Amino acid sequence: MELVVSLAIGVLAGSGVWLLLRPRTFQVIIGLSLLSYAVNLFIFSTGGLRTGAAAILEKGQEGSLGQFADPLPQALVLTAIVIGFATTALLLVVLLAARGLTGTDHVDGRDRGR
Amino acid sequence: MSGWTDHLVAAPIIVPMLAGAAMVLAGDRWRWLVVTLGLISTVTLVGLAIALLGMADVAQLRIYRLGDWPALFGIVLVHDRLSALMLALVAVLGLAAFVASLARWDRAGAHFHPLFQFQLMGLNGAFLTGDLFNLFVFFEVMLAASYGLALHGSGTARVRAGLHYIVINLVASLLFLIGVSVVYGISGTLSMAELAARMRDVATEDRALLEAGLAVMGIAFLIKAAVWPLGFWLPGTYAAASAPAAAILSILSKVGVYAVLRVWLLLFGAEGGASAGFGAAILLTGGLLTIAFGSTAVLAAQSLPRLAGSSVLVSSGTLLAAVGLGQAAVTGGALLYLASSVLALGALFLLIELLERGREVGADVLAVTREAFGTGEEEDDLEDPEAVGVAFPAMVAILGLGFAACALLLAGLPPLSGFLAKFAMMAPLLGPAGAPIPASSWVVVAALLLSGLATLVAMLRTGIDVFWTSPPSAVPRVSLLEIAPIGLLLALCVALTVAAGPALDYMLAAAEALHAPGAYLDGVMGAAASLRETKP
Repeated sequence: MELVVSLAIGVLAGSGVWLLLRPRTFQVIIGLSLLSYAVNLFIFSTGGLRTGAAAILEKGQEGSLGQFADPLPQALVLTAIVIGFATTALLLVVLLAARGLTGTDHVDGRDRGR
Repeated sequence: MSGWTDHLVAAPIIVPMLAGAAMVLAGDRWRWLVVTLGLISTVTLVGLAIALLGMADVAQLRIYRLGDWPALFGIVLVHDRLSALMLALVAVLGLAAFVASLARWDRAGAHFHPLFQFQLMGLNGAFLTGDLFNLFVFFEVMLAASYGLALHGSGTARVRAGLHYIVINLVASLLFLIGVSVVYGISGTLSMAELAARMRDVATEDRALLEAGLAVMGIAFLIKAAVWPLGFWLPGTYAAASAPAAAILSILSKVGVYAVLRVWLLLFGAEGGASAGFGAAILLTGGLLTIAFGSTAVLAAQSLPRLAGSSVLVSSGTLLAAVGLGQAAVTGGALLYLASSVLALGALFLLIELLERGREVGADVLAVTREAFGTGEEEDDLEDPEAVGVAFPAMVAILGLGFAACALLLAGLPPLSGFLAKFAMMAPLLGPAGAPIPASSWVVVAALLLSGLATLVAMLRTGIDVFWTSPPSAVPRVSLLEIAPIGLLLALCVALTVAAGPALDYMLAAAEALHAPGAYLDGVMGAAASLRETKP
């Protein structure tokens, strides 16, 4: 379980960083999205990972704090998702504006060799 | 919660939030309503900041528990000398930039005023909060508004610079989140005070991971503070932004410095146990490199906005280097420098736009080329009898005076507060006579002096070029609304110079409290403990 989650975070973060360093704005925004997925998963996993656990309680089981995953990272990740979503949407608008104003989708607003 | 004055601590966040929300509802059609709301909000903020500044100058710091949750579960706002100082700077700069925007910039695009209010809300929240994740949220509020403000007025240059600005800050926010979650995973708390208390008992095998998490978070702060090599985005973005937006953006880089001051000194200060002094060398080196890079950029700047943007780098570097030395007296001087440079940079950004208005496009680049190659224009000028003895327009003289004041403040020359602040930083470094002075102190002193020299050379060259050799082709038409805020900011610098004694005492007290965070811990944790007693 831990291995799968860490591999997933690693692959997402790695691809995100790679795309972030590419010269086209579209690649940058996809890279940022992948990176934010990786970060969200990472925050989520700090709450503790368990396999085969009941969603809330097993039938007939007494509830105790030890059986629940830490809810705080889940609250944090919700906030992070909302904020990340909003800022990515804003960035998308700026990308479109940049494309319209400069006539190219290069991050510097001009293509090399032109 | 004893009296209504306790609730004043939350007001700097709530007032601009309500004003901004009301402005969104009013829309751009009812401009008079929006402007009135903005005026009420910014003036109220100045009043609040003065009241909070007065209330802060006591040994006991104030804790405001949001929703009255116990400090361990809820989020606290902490009101001490440092946050009161930062709130006051935001309020003054906010009022100045708001008034300056009324002349024409607020009509250059949609939603300037609501964005501006949310910007103030984010800044105030970031300076007040005592919780790491809440700090992230206020960072995002502040950044989201700043994206809009940086792009205000549109145009290719702004969109291109804004794109870099947004992408870099989004990555910084992700780093912040990684840091926050590592810290939470290890320590189980996000409250800064609680974290500082738990730092001492962290198991040895976890300590490295916790420090790594805090270091990742620190990188996010340092990107905001534009430390070398993470600050290449700053001069371009600030140079491209419209004047009032650039003035308020100039305090954004100080938020990064504030976060380093607050978090680093709290967790890694002298009382930090096994982690004390972690990363001090990086802060010091990074600060010095930023000063070097900023000074070079100031000298190389070919236009006034670039010059101002590069000066922000110098000021960030100076502050970080001073913090990295880890001496309370130096930090006190650095706080005075922070106040003085924030006011001066705000005034400079507002002033630049007025100066640029009367000049031809590309005049700066032409001036630099002329210096290098010579065009023979000088002879033409001399032969023209009309050009000799032309009266110097009064408005240009006023602008020139303001520019000279900014130059003195930024370069740190007497008689203004920039000099006093640099002196206050250097005096404790050189210490009492006869005591050995460590090499790092010499390097910092040299960096302070050389960066002052570079700023002075660059501003003199630009000043001579703007006002004397190529006077504005037409006298810039400047309204009172645009010149008054500059006057306000510079008058405050003069006030800071006249009242330097009390101001420095205040800053030193703030620095002492930062370097000995016992009172901070007791304040926040005591609030939790007393609540446990009263509500079992």
